[in-house]
Parts: sequence; structure tokens; C-alpha cells
Amino acid sequence: MSTSAAGHQQASHAPIEAMGHGSMKSYLVGFGLAALLTAGPFWLVMTGVLGSVPATIAAIFLMAGVQMIVHVVCFLHVNRSAEGGWTLVALIFTSVLLLILIVGSLWIMYHLNSNMMPMSAGGNGGLL
Amino acid sequence: MANDLSGVLMAPRPPFHLIDEDGHAHGPGGATMLGFWIYLMSDALIFATLFAVFGVLSTSYAGGPTPRQIFELPLVALNTSMLLVSSITYGFAMLAMDRGSTKGTQAWLLVTALFGAAFVGIELHEFAGMIAEGATPERSAFLSAFFTLVGTHGAHVTFGLVWIGVMVTQVQQHGLIPENRRRLLCLSLFWHFLDIIWIGVFTFVYLLGVLR
Repeated sequence: MSTSAAGHQQASHAPIEAMGHGSMKSYLVGFGLAALLTAGPFWLVMTGVLGSVPATIAAIFLMAGVQMIVHVVCFLHVNRSAEGGWTLVALIFTSVLLLILIVGSLWIMYHLNSNMMPMSAGGNGGLL
Repeated sequence: MANDLSGVLMAPRPPFHLIDEDGHAHGPGGATMLGFWIYLMSDALIFATLFAVFGVLSTSYAGGPTPRQIFELPLVALNTSMLLVSSITYGFAMLAMDRGSTKGTQAWLLVTALFGAAFVGIELHEFAGMIAEGATPERSAFLSAFFTLVGTHGAHVTFGLVWIGVMVTQVQQHGLIPENRRRLLCLSLFWHFLDIIWIGVFTFVYLLGVLR
């Protein structure tokens, strides 16, 4: 409301610059971390160095989660101030829906499979 | 008298006019960027449903090939690095745009498209190899879900490549005008978003599939 005529030029650029923009440093830091967090899980799975499948699964999921956060922060530049915080709110809302959808589906179908076990003993067993 | 009357009648108009002007003072792109972000979030939900379907069906082999038999991790690692490198080269295109360098922006966009095309090419090569071995989408529920999820991601990258081509032409024709900057920022979000989806794909589909 109080945007003055003098500030008009800057104000009109502010929403564009608020999102998707980064510095050379943020891109390089993001790329370095992403490369490590990509090479890590491939190395763990291809060498089987942990020796335990559940531990390897936990490690690769942990690294995937961290890498997604790195990409969102360093490449997408989502933060509390971008678009007045609405991008962050939309992202958190979507993440919650996404987790409910994926974890909920797996959980329900796993239990259905468990209950159906006597009928489909030779068929598709459990998940994960 | 007539002047007085018109003065009274006209008096309320300027404030409304000013408010209307002020509503448009946010410049081009503000609402577009948020709108595009919300589109990406809805796209994320499409991928979430496909991930859920794949998760549920990922062990329904129907006597057909298992992930361990058909996935080649070195090829997937190569593909992953293509997409990751294309992400940072798109970042360099954005930095060139900030410097106002038309040529730099175009050059980095083309480099990005090259890595993106390599990604799609390797993926198609992988699909062709699997289909040649009989691991077709209709072979089992696992393969149907696999081709749907990974194919949807590949289709997104392909449309991203078309979009990059359009933007290189647009920048050539009109330069780095505010509209093109806005479009390049939307494309930037789209491209980085696809890389994030791919993190889920290589972890949840390929690495987890080989571990099982």
C-alpha cells in the first residue's frame, strides 16, 4: 500500500528475485553436498560395505532425505522469506500430504498382505 | 454550479483508482512464481501417488524378472550424475542471467539441455534393454509400476528439454526481458524439482530394489 513511486522499480523486481535465485557459492556448496549424498548410497549398495541390509536401507533413505533438503535450500532457494513465506508453507503442506500418501499406502497394504497370507502363500508377499 | 456538482460526484473516484493501481504494483512474476510453485507441489503429489503404487506393487513379480536381474546400477549412477550436473549448469545459466549476459545464459541453457538429453537417452537405452530381455510393462505389476513411475519422470524431463529449447529461442529473439527472466525462473524451479524427484527414484526404486 505504501509503495512510493520512487520505490516502484525496485518493488516490481522484489518478488522475482525472492525465489529461484542463488549465488555461485550456494550452487557450488549444494552441488558438492549433492554429489557426496548421491555417491554415498550407490557406494553403500554396490559394495555392501555395511554388511546388513536393514542398516543399508536406513542409511540410503537418510541420505536421500538430507539430499532433498540440500536441493530445496541450495538450488530452489526456498526459505522463510521467499514469496512472503508461502512457498515454504506450500512445501511443508505438500510434504505432509506426500508422507501420509506414501507411508499410509504402504502401511495399509502391508497389513492387508499380512492378513491375506494364508490365501496367497505363494503369491506376492510382504513389502519392504 | 455545474462545476461544483461534478466536483462532488468525481471526488470519490481517485481513491478507488489509486487502490486499483496499487494492486498491480507488485510487478510481473510475483503471482506467477507462487502459482508455478503450487503447480509443482501438485505435480509432487502425482509422483507421490506413483511412488505409493510402486511401493505397494514392488514385490509383485508374477514369476517375472526381479529388480536384481534387470537393474544395472552403474548405468543408473551414470544417469543420476547426468541429471545432477544438469542441475548445476542450470544454476550457472541463472547466474549468467543475473549478470545480464544473454550469450552466457543461452550457452549454459544449451549445456543443461545436452546433459538432460543424455539423461533421457540413457534412460531410453535402459528401457530398450529391459524390453529386449522380456521385462516389458505388461510382464508383471512390478514392471507396470516401474515403467509408469520412471516413464512419467522421463516425460517431465523431455518436456523440460522442449521448454529449454523454447527459452533459448525466446532469449535469442527478445533478450533478457522481464518476461523471459520470469519464464527462466519458472523453468529453473521445474528443472531442479525434477532432480529432487529423481533422488526418490534412484533411492526407492533402484537402490532399494537391488537390496531386496
